[in-house]
Amino acid sequence: MLRFALNRIFWFVPTLLAMAAVTFVIMHLTPGSPFDTSDKVSPEQIAQLERIYGLDKPLYQQFGLYVWNALHGDFGISYHARPQTVREIIGRTFPISLHLGAMATIFALVIGLVLGVLAAVNQNGWLDYASVSLAILFYSMPSFVMGFLLILLFAVWLPNHGLDLGFRVGGWDSPIDWVLPTIALGAAPLATIARYTRSSMIEVIRSDFVRTARAKGLDDRRVVVRHVLKNALIPVVTLVGPIFAAVGTGSFFVEQVFNIPGMGKFFVTSMQVKDQTMILAVTLLYGVFLAAMNLAVDLIYGMIDPRIRY
Amino acid sequence: MQRSQPVDSVDLRSANAVAAASAAEQGAGEIAERLPGRTAPLSTVGDLTTRPQRSLWADAWRRLLKNKLAVIGLSIVVIFTLVAVFAPLIAPYGESEVVDPRLARMHPSWLFPFGIDANGRDLFSRVIYGARVSLVVGVLAQAIVLAIGIPVGAIAGYFGGAIDGFLMRIVDVIYAIPQLLLVLLFVNWRGPGLANIFLAIGLVGWVTEARLVRGQFLALREQEYVKAAQVSGAGNLSIIVKHVLPNSLTPIIVAMTFGIPTAIFTEAALSYIGVGIRPPQASWGQLVGEGSKPGYVQTDPHMLLFPVLAIGLTMLGFTFLGDGLRDALDPKGND
Repeated sequence: MLRFALNRIFWFVPTLLAMAAVTFVIMHLTPGSPFDTSDKVSPEQIAQLERIYGLDKPLYQQFGLYVWNALHGDFGISYHARPQTVREIIGRTFPISLHLGAMATIFALVIGLVLGVLAAVNQNGWLDYASVSLAILFYSMPSFVMGFLLILLFAVWLPNHGLDLGFRVGGWDSPIDWVLPTIALGAAPLATIARYTRSSMIEVIRSDFVRTARAKGLDDRRVVVRHVLKNALIPVVTLVGPIFAAVGTGSFFVEQVFNIPGMGKFFVTSMQVKDQTMILAVTLLYGVFLAAMNLAVDLIYGMIDPRIRY
Repeated sequence: MQRSQPVDSVDLRSANAVAAASAAEQGAGEIAERLPGRTAPLSTVGDLTTRPQRSLWADAWRRLLKNKLAVIGLSIVVIFTLVAVFAPLIAPYGESEVVDPRLARMHPSWLFPFGIDANGRDLFSRVIYGARVSLVVGVLAQAIVLAIGIPVGAIAGYFGGAIDGFLMRIVDVIYAIPQLLLVLLFVNWRGPGLANIFLAIGLVGWVTEARLVRGQFLALREQEYVKAAQVSGAGNLSIIVKHVLPNSLTPIIVAMTFGIPTAIFTEAALSYIGVGIRPPQASWGQLVGEGSKPGYVQTDPHMLLFPVLAIGLTMLGFTFLGDGLRDALDPKGND
């Protein structure tokens, strides 16, 4: 197991380097300098700024320098938000995104599992159809559509009709502000988890060992919890890793819709202002997060299913 | 997702339907190649084709119509397409025609069912014209995805080995970078506007299609009918186009029904950020962006509600349809 984990971590290094290199090259292929976004800067000043930040050096030197500095924990200065360093900005915004992402993942996992199990146990009953329809509905709604619909319903329409639950149009100050973004961000993952749980459960329910468990007289609840669910969980675990990586690094749209000061916005705004150091940092952070989650998933496999050995 | 189906009868029927469909397309001589090894000898199969049989597609169509959600989805998609195509006939005002600046942000009424926007334009007309942008982006982006994804996936999956390794590493690298990031890069580079939007979405989105097609080809190239075609001297290109591709069609169609709404959503997202369609051209995402400006949401929610509903309903329609198609085309239901 340890050898497996170390091997995976070792192979992860070239992958990260490749990701960084591709992002780096693409960023430099797009014309324009990160400093010409405001009209007040003269060409001489731009040239001077580029010299300060080493942007006048050949590309391979820049890349080498970036990797060297990154290995020492220095991800440079945000070109757009100078003089703040990328580390400061990410240190401030990433915890907020991670917090929201964790809540959304837990929400998706709990409700998704319940819906999936209920659907599978009542296969073809009304409960099945209801949860399948709900899952498709959630699955098809982009998070910003979901977010705006939640805002319109809970923060505008209901208060206007005399039912004020305290929801606000946006913000991140009090726990009540966390509720709607969590639902908006968790809805699509919830649907995915519910669908996979359902189909995986149905497959397991048909297997011989479940029939044996029933035959020896176990009641339905115990069969489902002890035998079916445990075996059906494996494909679901695969999903949760990447889902957490995706929502934990911040969603631009949910943060934008609800006005949350998280990290997700840099995936978009840094791109618009060509803030290369920020883009590289958030891309790499996502890559590391995703790889760590995938590794965690593989290790959890071994715990759920003792037959899996590395 | 698997739905209630009397598995025994459906499975038999579809097996026959596959035989009938291939017979119709290929002529009786090639049936043997296309049938899985365990089926009945050729003579029996020949009998089958002489009986009136529903084709695979007719059969799938029947199953689709039995699925309520799929019919709802299909209706939404058809209405959406009609609205987009006949927008100038349906919309009471022009795409960016100012009805009256004094009516700015007027709430919905009989005369203006969706209300008026901040510039005094009829939102109903704007939303209808917005469907056009969505349809164009959805269809053309998907066309690019198919044009690149199918050949790359087919070559990688059919030939395997070093070619496969090389192509798939490229795909992996592109796949590892968040797609929105790449689309944004492209749009930043080429500038906003309709053409650049669907180009960006198509040029980034083909990797998923390539993976899907590769998987299909990897599995299918080991089938007896491919071996038979190879032995009988058919060229690689002809085997790919005539034998393997037609048998990979159903997952490609299903992926298409999910790819179109994804492209539509991406355009909406870009326009919402403000790097997509240029105003005064109307796009749903851009309408959402306008309607969600601070201050408007509480006092004039209609400016946000209708474009958001338009995007949501379109997504819903395509997803219902895609889900139904998957069930209908693959009765065995491998999720």
